[in-house]
This record gives sequence, structure tokens and C-alpha cells, in this order.
Amino acid sequence: MSYSRRNFIKGVIAGGAVATSAGYLFRGSGPLFGQTSAPGSVERLVTLNVNGQTRRVDVLKQETLAMTLRYKLGLTGTKLGCDRAECGACTVLVDDVPRYSCSVLTHTVRGGRIVTIEGLARANGALHPVQQAVVDEQGFQCAFCLPGFVMAAVGFLKTNATPTREQLAHGISGNLCRCQDYDKILTSLMRGAEYLRRSTT
Amino acid sequence: MAERLIGRNYTPPDLVAKVTGRARYAEDFRADGMLFTKLLLSPMPHARVRRIDASAALAMPGVKAVLTADDLPDLGGGERALTNEPVYAGEPILAVAAVDELTAAEAIERIEVDLEPLPFVTDPLDSLRPGGPNARLEGNAWGAPLPGGQGPGAPAPLVTLKWTPQDFAEADMGRLPMGKPLEEWAYGDLDGGFAGAALVLDETFVVQSTCHHPMETRSAMAYWQNGKLFIHASTQSVAQTRGNIARWVGMSPSDVMLICEYTGGGFGSKGGGAVSSVIPAFLSRKANAPVMMRITREEESYIGRARTNMTGRARIGFAKDGRITALDLYIVQDCGAYGPLGDHRSAGLAASLIYQPPAMRWRAVNVITNTPPRSQQRSPGPMQANGIIEPVITKAARQLGVDQVQIRRMNSPEGKAAFGPAAGPGGQRAHVTSAFIKQALDRGAAQFDWEARKARAGQRQGSKIRGVGVAVGPHGAGSIGFDSIMTIRPDGRLYVQSGVGNLGTHSVIDLARVAADVLDMPWDKVEVIWGDTGKHLPWTCMSVGSQTTHAMTRANHAGAMDTRRKLQEIAARDLGGSPDDYDIGGERVYRRGAPGRGLSYAQAARRAIELGGKYDGHAVPEDINPMTKESAASLVGLGLMGIAKDNYPRDGVTYSFVVGFAEVEVDIETGKTTLIDYLGVGDVGTVINPRSLLAQIKGGSCLGIAHALFQKAVVDPRYGVTLGDRFHYSKPLSILDVPASMKADALDIADPETPVGARGVGEPPVGAGYGAVLNAIADAVGEDVFRRAPVTADIVLTSLENGRRMHDPLRAHV
Repeated sequence: MSYSRRNFIKGVIAGGAVATSAGYLFRGSGPLFGQTSAPGSVERLVTLNVNGQTRRVDVLKQETLAMTLRYKLGLTGTKLGCDRAECGACTVLVDDVPRYSCSVLTHTVRGGRIVTIEGLARANGALHPVQQAVVDEQGFQCAFCLPGFVMAAVGFLKTNATPTREQLAHGISGNLCRCQDYDKILTSLMRGAEYLRRSTT
Repeated sequence: MAERLIGRNYTPPDLVAKVTGRARYAEDFRADGMLFTKLLLSPMPHARVRRIDASAALAMPGVKAVLTADDLPDLGGGERALTNEPVYAGEPILAVAAVDELTAAEAIERIEVDLEPLPFVTDPLDSLRPGGPNARLEGNAWGAPLPGGQGPGAPAPLVTLKWTPQDFAEADMGRLPMGKPLEEWAYGDLDGGFAGAALVLDETFVVQSTCHHPMETRSAMAYWQNGKLFIHASTQSVAQTRGNIARWVGMSPSDVMLICEYTGGGFGSKGGGAVSSVIPAFLSRKANAPVMMRITREEESYIGRARTNMTGRARIGFAKDGRITALDLYIVQDCGAYGPLGDHRSAGLAASLIYQPPAMRWRAVNVITNTPPRSQQRSPGPMQANGIIEPVITKAARQLGVDQVQIRRMNSPEGKAAFGPAAGPGGQRAHVTSAFIKQALDRGAAQFDWEARKARAGQRQGSKIRGVGVAVGPHGAGSIGFDSIMTIRPDGRLYVQSGVGNLGTHSVIDLARVAADVLDMPWDKVEVIWGDTGKHLPWTCMSVGSQTTHAMTRANHAGAMDTRRKLQEIAARDLGGSPDDYDIGGERVYRRGAPGRGLSYAQAARRAIELGGKYDGHAVPEDINPMTKESAASLVGLGLMGIAKDNYPRDGVTYSFVVGFAEVEVDIETGKTTLIDYLGVGDVGTVINPRSLLAQIKGGSCLGIAHALFQKAVVDPRYGVTLGDRFHYSKPLSILDVPASMKADALDIADPETPVGARGVGEPPVGAGYGAVLNAIADAVGEDVFRRAPVTADIVLTSLENGRRMHDPLRAHV
């Protein structure tokens, strides 16, 4: 199946899930980059499951998940710190596994369950136990790295619910904090592990 | 009585927004029709733009505007957002706005820029050699500050300075050449001090440059509405950045609406904002659309600012008991391509303060090179002084058989200690407001179990040797004379305007807790307004240099005292008697001895509005800053306004201190150093916010630790390009590089020269961490193994293998 530009925009609108920021980064330049949708090319209108919602979104084949989240779905909680898989600020969960969204192509996670920092709290506003722990322990300073650390920790705790400080440090060692508030981050995330255990027992 | 807030932990009001992802940093804003920017960066370290042909780019569909340096106002020779004479590789030459980023990037590729290469130099000593290249056409070094100039960034002339071949005679032996200095001061009997010394050491040390690399790059978004500029930019100091942006754009500050509620780190690199942030402002005006400029991590490596590197030579005389008799310090500072920066001056003063030499000479040259621009980085100067001098103290202590803690204790300042040259108007030396370093050393040595750790240091276990180190990190810790505005409104709540940037240190909020305490206000009735110059902020200190807590607790104490006085006056006016007959408490102002006779704060706020004049902001003090007056005019009539300038007296210069204790383990087969344990103890005045304070001590120490172990900038001297870019190559500290638990403590002794007793804390731990870890490595493998930082594995390994120091002791940026 192929889409003309006109058709897929109609499709997006019909999908009813177009964020107002859709297309900021990539609009208008299709022909320039030879990315008109030739027959057999990668489908540009993809369906994503983000934070429990089905989102239809028009993506380029080289578009990263971080860019889709931030510029097409309005989910700016996911931060870009390096765009090269160095810092972890963009970490999200894909099928419960922490991934650097700056280094994941959006079209490769069609059908995956994507959770961002915005999707952790319950619909009634109740914070996720790890978020609550960060509030209680005042983890993080400037907090630009916070979403990535919290998502990495939530993912790690799914594999080890009772880590030692050293184990949790390893679990989140793919994330950088330049305030270097590592000690307090670790304390708050350890408290998060504790809250999480309490909430699930 | 409401619970006293100072000294207690609390949950800052911005934290839920941060953990839910709702907190918006500069790149998180969107506007209809928003365009995107890409920059064209200079591939050469020094060049002149001869010709720009953007016609092919402008002909592309979707390209809306091209901006060059010709579109920007002249800033009197100072650094601009774009340039026609790039002076470092990576300096922005032009910018494109297009409908999307890919188009903008493609447009950049289609622009032809004809560059004429110019001479360049990356190493400050190369520039000082006879016939060495100048980094700029106008010269190669900053002279002494112009008359009347003071402070770290004081204006200075660009001069050309070349040393003689004789000056370089000792360079091959690794000794810093000491040719003609451009700045110097001295006090005491230097020759006598050295003549009477039992031991004189003369050592050269290279302190590296590092890029600040805050997590949030200096991205910015801007648009214009009705002649006003709305700009979302990342800055450390909201109130103080508005004027800078106005100057960089060439407009009135009152037409700049700067929005920055959340800043993703700065560490000095965004002190008064970033000059590059005006690029989207100009492009927006040209293209008549909002413009977003996303700065990549790689671009941040070039334009994101870096610490000044210093090559320092310290000749120090010691008495037999370890007491310092004389200090002769020579610093060659590398200021990058712009400046001037005054880290070298701060380093000299800090050395005089923390080591208290009875005689000292400081000489320096402030060289410019074609390397990325510098700005103050967390502990600018004092940290570098720690690096230059600490290894010498360590070596002396070892040779004299004196304990490392004791040698620092006996030489440390106490009370209102004097420091620096006799430069006061009456020929007197400056002195600090207070110093309690000896107590901090004593407390730290006990908590760290110094004696036991010292006993096991130096013993080899397999391939590993442990070492312990201690160092005192100093830094200026507070300015004075800023303003505050607060209102008690008819809803009975206290609204505190805060012009501080929100860096996550929480000083932006802490200052309101001081006001709440003075007014006996429960915390849940206090609203802090920050992060947007459209929200009527007072004239505020720069959120740099550990100033904020000191400066703004003073200003808000003054504003709260003004509020309190007005409450008393309104009560006396309505209920009889004199203002002094009235007390406050329980959100009421009441007659002393007759608590029933009084007004609630809400009632008093309504009365203030009825009375007008000074009570609701119609009349404001004469001595406040014009910005504060402008803000007060917008808040007038909302309630009882407390507004004041900090006019509290201060005897001395405010400094804070952190003592760092480190234990390391060096693997002599791999050269790898592992930090085993760390403790930082702060002599930083009254503790306002314990959890944040201890986090500052630990986080700041980590920056110093990273400088001791890994972090550096690398510049290719042949091509003049930055090699140590991004995170991967600049090697910042990760969570696995520090112990799973770090320790910190604070003396909590009030500074006598400020009403709240608090001094700043952000900077001093950096030098403490740096010095303590360098000293611990020296303790493990000997202080002659390294004469530069970071002390990477290859330095340790090659020196140990060969039985002597193998690295070039003078070369910068390697």
C-alpha cells in the first residue's frame, strides 16, 4: 500500500490523533530528500502504542523515536541530551525494556508498548512509586536527566525488584547527570524500589 | 508560631512537574508556524570570511532566512552570536531558518563560504614564544584590567606579548617559563621567607580545560509579538539575563520577555545567558515566524564554554614544622579566544587565603588561544589554584614528616583572616567575613577515620595500593546589595518574587523561606514566583559563583523586615499605639500583651491597598534598582508590598570553604585509580536547606573528582580542532565512578556578617574534590608520578614503568 502526501495527511487526520505539533521537523521537504512514498517503501503512517494510547503518526524512515515523541506527539518530558546514545536522557521503555529513544527508529517499534515519563503516573494523577520516591527524597537537581534516569530505573526494577545500591547503580549507569547528584539520585531510586515493592505486595 | 523553616528539608514546589515530565525547558516550547535553525560552524581555528554565497540555499523551497554577522549589532569588539572572523574551530558563522531541520541542514550544505585562513595557536606557551602566532589579529594576551575595572571579567586591553628565548631555557626540563608578566602583586618579605625556609619546593602543574557540558544544551526559541521579543532560553540568572539579551539584540530590556522556569544545568556556562540564544530572535524577525534553535551536544562542545586551563608554577618555602614561609606563584592562563576572564586573579587570591603565606608574590599572563571560548566554570580560579598548589603541599608534608591534615590545618585561615595584596584604599589587605576551616578539618578527620585510613595507605595488596588525601576548597560565597519584592495579598498568602534562575540548587525557592520565617508564615501559604521576566522580578544577583544564597537571603530578609514594619504600622494606624507596640505571629499582627487586638494578614493586606502609598507599592524606596521599580509598578495595589534593597553592613569579603577527604586505590598494573570513599565537610555558614546543601557538596566534589581522574578537553595543535567533544570523549563522571555512598556534612556555624548567617556553597567543593583526589593518588604512588590533571591510567602506568615522569609537563589540551 502506498500513500501520496495528500492521502496520508488525510489518513492522519482520520486517525484522530494528530498532535498540534505534528510535522514540525519534517514537513514540506519530502521531495527534497527523495522521500515521496514510492511503492514498496517503508510505510510512513505508523501506529504506535504510547502510554497506553494508540497514536497514528506520520514518520520518516530515518526518524528517531525521541523526535517522534517530542515533536509529533507533544511528549516533551523525554529529553534529548546528546542524540548519540551517550547520556540516557531520552530513555523510554519499549516493551518494559529501557531504550535510548534517540537511537531507536520510530518505525521499528510499531506494535511495541512505549512508556514515557508522562505515562508513569496514574490517570488520577497519583504518582508512580518511583516518582513519589524522587519527590520524597528530593532526588535530582536541574532534573534534565530525571526522566531518563527514572525510566531506566523503572525498567531495571522490573528485572530486579530488590537491588543493592551497587546493583541499582549498575542498572542506571547508562545515564549521565552533570549536576553529579548521583548519591541523592541513587538514594531516591532505592526508595523508589522500596515503594514499588510495597505497592505490589 | 509557625515552624521555623530555615535548616529544615522540604519538597520544592517544582518537583512534581519535574518527575512527571511537565517541566518545560527551552526546547520543550512550541509555537504555530515554528521554523528551525541550523548553524554553519567554522571549520578553521582562525579565519576571515571573504565571501558568503547563500543564493542556492535561499532558492530552496522551505528556506526562510539566512542570518550572518552583518545582521548583528557590533558589541564593542566582544563576542557575538555570529562572526566574520572566526577565532576558534566551531564558531558559528551563519544560521539558516527553514520549515524543518532537515531542510535547514541541507541549506547549510549549499552555502558557499570563502574563508581566508589566518595564523592560529592552541597552546598558550606557543603563543608566548618568540615569533609565536597570535590568536587574534589584535594581540595574544589580555593586559591588566583597565583603571576602575574590577571583578573576574573586568575589561582589559588586548596586547601582544612575546617572551625571550632565555625565558624558555628551563622549559625542556618541564619548568614553566616565567617571562615578563602582565599582572602581579606581592606582599610580605618574599626573599626573607625563602631564606628562612627549611624546605623550598618549586613545581609546575598543568590544570586542564573542560567543557561545562550541562545536560541541557543552549537551545533557544524566540518569536516577536507587538514589538516585544519572547524568548525561551536556558539561563542561570533570569533577572540578569534580560539586559544581556537586550544588549545582544540591540533593544530595550523592557521589551524582552525572557521565559526560563527550568534550567538544565549551567555550571557557569549560562551565567548571564548564552550569546547564541539571540540567533533565533534575529531569524524570527527576519522570517516573521517563531524560530527554534536546537543546539546539539557536539555544537555544545564548541560554543558551550569551558574552564580556563592554567599552567602554574609554585615555589613554596616551608618551616621545619610545615608552616609556609613564602609562596611565589606564576600562572599562565589560557583564556580561549575571547574573554577576558579573571580566574587567574581569583586563583591568586584563593591561594593567599587558604594557605595563608606570610609573604607571597603572584604573577600572571592571561593568554588567548584559538580554542573554544571560556567562561567561569564552577569554582573558577580557586579550583585551579588547588590543582597547582596541593601537590606541592603534599610533597612537603611527606618530606618534612608532617601529617597531611595537620599541615593544612596549621596553614589555614581563621576568623577574619587577611588575604591578598595590600590593595585597599588605606593600603590594608582584604579579609574574609569568617572562616572555620580548622573545625571542618577536625570534624572531617574524625568522621573519615583519617588516622586509621592513613595507617593502611601505601601498603600494597596484590597490584593495588591505597592512598588518602585531603584538601581545602575555597571560593567567594556571596555578593550584597540586591533587591527583593514580596506581597501579602488579601487571600492571606505571601507571594515572593524570585529573579534567581532555577538550576535545581533550590536557592530560587530557599530565599522565600527566609522571608516566611521573618513573617512567621507557614510554608503552605507561601507562593514563589520565578522564571519569567514578565512576572515582575526584582533586581537579583547573578546565579553564579556561590553568590545566590548569601545575596538573596539578605535581600529577602530586608524585604520581609520591610513587610513586617508595614504590618506594624498599619495595625498601629488602625488600632492605636505605636508600631513598636505590635508583634506578629499566627498570620496576624497584634498588640503585644493583647493578642485579641490585631489584624489578620489578609485584613492588613486589604488595608494596605486602601491606604496606598508605600503600603501597596505606589511609593517605593529610592535606592532600589530601576528593574525592581519597574516590577513594583506592575505589582502595585495587589496587597501589602515589602520591597527593599539589601543595605545590611558587611565587614569583609564573604568566602566559603569545603574540606574534602578522599581514599583511592591505584592499580599499578593497569594504572586505574578507583575512588574508594569520599567525605566533604562544609564551612558554609548557616544551613538553609540541608538536603540541597549536602547535595551541592557531593555534586560539586564530583566535578573536582572528575577533573582529577578523567575529564578534559583535547585540542589538536596541528589543525586547531576540538577532539574531546561530546560526552564520550570529554569523559564526565558516571555513577559507577563514585562510591555507592558518598558522605557530606556541614558545620552550620553562622557567618557573623549577614543577617541569616548563610554563605554560598556551589563552588568550594570542586577544589576540595580535585585536590583531595590528586593528593590521595600522590599518597598512593608518589607525588612525582604526575604533574598534570587528569591523572589518567596511562600517566600513572608510564611513569611507574619508567621510574620517572613521562608526560610532557607543559603542553596544554592533551
